[in-house]
Amino acid sequence: MDLSAINPIILVAALISAATPILLAATGELVAERAGVLNLGVEGMMITGAVCGFIISVNTGSPAIGFVMAAVGGGTLSLLFAFLTQVALANQVASGLALTLFGLGISSLMGQNYVGIKPPRMPDVNFGPLSDIPGLGPILFSHDPIVYVGLLIVAGVWATLKFTRAGLILRAVGENHDAAHALGYKVKRIRTLAIMFGGACAGMGGAYISLIRVPQWTEGMTAGVGWIALALVVFASWKPWRVLLGAYLFGGITQLQLNLQGAGVALPVEYLAMSPYIITIVVLVILSADKSRAPGSLGRIFHASQ
Amino acid sequence: MPLAGANTYGEVHMKFTKLMTGAALALGLATSAVAEDKTKVGFVFVGPVGDGGWTYEHNKGRLAVEEAFGDKVETVFVESVAEGPDSERVMTEMALNGADLIFTTSFGYMDPTINVAAKFPNVKFEHATGYKQADNVSVYSARFYEGRAIQGHIAGKMTKSNIVGYIASFPIPEVIRGINSAYIHAKKVNPDVEFKIIWAYTWFDPAKEADAAKVLIEQGADVVLQHTDSTAPQAAAQDAGNVITFGQASDMGQYGPLPRVSSIIDDWAPYYIARTQAVMDGTWTSTSTWDGIGAGMVGIGEISDAVPADVKAEALALKASLADGSYHAFTGPLNKADGSAWLAAGETANDGDLAGMGFYVEGITAEIPN
Repeated sequence: MDLSAINPIILVAALISAATPILLAATGELVAERAGVLNLGVEGMMITGAVCGFIISVNTGSPAIGFVMAAVGGGTLSLLFAFLTQVALANQVASGLALTLFGLGISSLMGQNYVGIKPPRMPDVNFGPLSDIPGLGPILFSHDPIVYVGLLIVAGVWATLKFTRAGLILRAVGENHDAAHALGYKVKRIRTLAIMFGGACAGMGGAYISLIRVPQWTEGMTAGVGWIALALVVFASWKPWRVLLGAYLFGGITQLQLNLQGAGVALPVEYLAMSPYIITIVVLVILSADKSRAPGSLGRIFHASQ
Repeated sequence: MPLAGANTYGEVHMKFTKLMTGAALALGLATSAVAEDKTKVGFVFVGPVGDGGWTYEHNKGRLAVEEAFGDKVETVFVESVAEGPDSERVMTEMALNGADLIFTTSFGYMDPTINVAAKFPNVKFEHATGYKQADNVSVYSARFYEGRAIQGHIAGKMTKSNIVGYIASFPIPEVIRGINSAYIHAKKVNPDVEFKIIWAYTWFDPAKEADAAKVLIEQGADVVLQHTDSTAPQAAAQDAGNVITFGQASDMGQYGPLPRVSSIIDDWAPYYIARTQAVMDGTWTSTSTWDGIGAGMVGIGEISDAVPADVKAEALALKASLADGSYHAFTGPLNKADGSAWLAAGETANDGDLAGMGFYVEGITAEIPN
């Protein structure tokens, strides 16, 4: 066992990066669920974003444009879900699963000619002298822009939901869509916007995997991250900062256990491998012992005639 | 819950592909009215056919069967099938839909294959990398460890930090054999070499595979060997620079000449064609096949110019001696990691020992997970 091989600063920096795809996807899904929509298509929107971002980045040479188009791609795919559930009034669970299948299929079709290509690299944000601060510099000030975008989105979602009229309306739609409708709010329009926001965030999260974390395109490369993001929203009791905590815990323990394995720590590997799931769930379940509960209209179909 | 989520993913993807297979089967039924004697061959895959590694090569074998027999054969496949009960459902459905021969291409399909085969005595099954046979279940695998020996040799010669990283998947004999074989041959040419092993507990998860590669590189490894199916570790190594890798299961040549300096290429096509032919001729019997470099089931991808000429020559000589049988990758004297004697000087390992290998050789300090 050689713990000195583990550099705690690199470990923390790596966990922030590793947590970003889950964080983005889960924050987007949180907004959709707070508006009362359960979209199980996160995985499909992520993989679509991953392939869209990859294709655009390779062709334009700009990862930034790639991320924008990944958000557009995820958002566009989510419109399909919005149409099915808000216009055709289809069951949300079935539509969400269908969206995942569709996304996995269409992404492997789109990505066929992009296997084995190296995407352009996104440079880290230049914070000047800040990144030279010992310890803090590498942890806080040495990341690509998307890490900070992700954090800004979490903060923005939190502030919007808590302090703004728009957030209040969104929550009202999610808690009781009949009452919100009676007050004159356009339930379907608000939900469609929330779904698109969720799709855009998931798309960016997927592109983070294909453009920064791996970086390459491989069919099915999100490999279940979307489902973890979905579970995280529930365990985080639909609260943005808890989503952040959960994502960092999960990403952090995943990184830590890989590091411990590499250093040859004398712990059974099978326990290390399952630890990210267990610890994240336990911590978030303990936190959710307060009065948190799901939005009242979550997953229910709304029609103005009812 | 996230674990359940991961399962759901597999299940969902499977249902989708099942749906597609269903459609393909429906089409197949329509055409088979015309050609009644078509032989139907099914394939169960653990990852997507575009993984660029393990499943990609099995699918190439499937396409070779189609090419070899043309109209006389019809193939169906289901990709990303989770190991365990899900796979049993997929196999059952294939058998019910009239498959004559079913290849199940991952170790974790072993018991499901045996279970389903017992219910369909007239359907022939072929399970890859396992060890349980039945009257209608053959087993087949390749001696990947011969390729690992060559990788170990190159790794031992080329590492400057003397740390070799190894991304392992599941603690099964096939993977442990690979680690041992690579270690023995790295140690032989570089007594100071040390192996760092990370178990990813997945065959296919590009993000996790890339993370594992990065961790190994951060911890000083300048050679990364992988026993997982995607090309993600290659991309991570390319990104890090000054690290060498080897293609796994497939050539992964798009990552050459650096970081990928060589590869193990699985060539299943001749076997798949021969077994399909046997079913057509009615000569199929339950067999156990374990072929290596000599028989062509294990190929060694071109050794790139990043490898010094003398090391390349040695590696090719090693390959030749493994191919003609004059050298065995597990030749004594070798001890087990616990210090007990395994092979005496000059003695070679028998296939029984290799098939059930559950121990590291002396020198590897890690523990094998249960």
